[in-house]
Amino acid sequence: MSGSHLSASPPGSPSPEDGITVAALLAHADDNLVLAQRLGDWISNAPELEEDIALGNIALDHLGVARALYTHAGAIEGSGRTEDDLAMRRSERDFMNVLLVEQPNGDFAHTMVRAFFFDAYQVELWADLVDSADRTLAGIAERALKEARYHLRHSSSWVIRIGDGTEESHRRAQEAVDALWRYTTELFEGEPGYQVGWQRLISDVLDDARLSIPEDPYQRSGGRRGFHSEHLGHLLAEMQWMQRSYPGLEW
Amino acid sequence: MDAAQLPGFGMVTAKLTIDVARAREVAASVVDPEIPVLSIDDLGILRDVQVENDQVVVTITPTYSGCPAMRQIESDISLALESAGFDRVEVRMVMSPAWTSDWISPEGHSKLAAFGIAPPVPIDDVLCPSCAATSPRLVATFGSTACKALMVCSVCGEPFDYFKEF
Repeated sequence: MSGSHLSASPPGSPSPEDGITVAALLAHADDNLVLAQRLGDWISNAPELEEDIALGNIALDHLGVARALYTHAGAIEGSGRTEDDLAMRRSERDFMNVLLVEQPNGDFAHTMVRAFFFDAYQVELWADLVDSADRTLAGIAERALKEARYHLRHSSSWVIRIGDGTEESHRRAQEAVDALWRYTTELFEGEPGYQVGWQRLISDVLDDARLSIPEDPYQRSGGRRGFHSEHLGHLLAEMQWMQRSYPGLEW
Repeated sequence: MDAAQLPGFGMVTAKLTIDVARAREVAASVVDPEIPVLSIDDLGILRDVQVENDQVVVTITPTYSGCPAMRQIESDISLALESAGFDRVEVRMVMSPAWTSDWISPEGHSKLAAFGIAPPVPIDDVLCPSCAATSPRLVATFGSTACKALMVCSVCGEPFDYFKEF
């Protein structure tokens, strides 16, 4: 257990007074929701049919994790907010997702490198939270861990294929690593215990892919505190407009 | 609200003894909308059927986090029970312990294979559901639904879904 403010696993059952737990659940839910929304954009646009289906399935897994976490957060919070309220009626400043997941899809290499960094982090996170004293969270984590490992296998194989591919695919993969590396330290903000395992998960794959980590130490953060890059507002505007325009609308 | 408090309900409260075994049978007969040869009982997602406060409470555990069939299954359970005469039904989703493909019954395995879907055995032991040949080739790790991968038989050439061991 990392014992950090984001690990969301205090001893005993979480109580409504425990704002930290709700915030942590929301942060992890936001990560998954935002990435699901990003990946959904690839549907019908992926480089091949199988990949189209894969990205759709992965997006659904992330969406499912987000839904379970929002529902759980709403129940603990006790204010009656539903998963829809939490996903569709919070503003940009209330979202606590990491900056990595809100970065634009870019080309396929960007999408895969972003997924790869995030999947490895999710494997570390869920492997920790399966031992949570909060049994509902532990159940969500148990489910999500298997899925995250499967996602990581998928994104790793693509990172290797693109990185160790043609001259052009290698160049694009390296550009993606260079562009996205600055969002990786934020993954461990408040959860430093996950960084070593994460590093271990990614380094062999990067080696096999002939990709190198940028030397520039510059790192960005702020997402966990609601300070986002310019991209999140646009994503939320598109995702939330229906509920914003027609509050309470049901499908 | 307690049923006995509803207008006109008092006179029938004596008949409200709910047949749990029958309710379970009805719930267990609901099929997966994506794989209609499998009942939710075969799939192992039906965890419990009980009566609480004159209400049938059905507990299910989702397969994959994002399985879009879960909501459909929830409403199919309510519908099936209501049309079998159980007026008050609640479907509860329980996340822990998490579902695993090990919960699919042996009968479920046979039904899947007969339907043309390779059941969830370790990937190296998968047999072609058409000709039973070994060593099919994995085409895609994600298939037509979250729970399946796509394979092709290296002997008869038939492409088929493999229900992932998960």
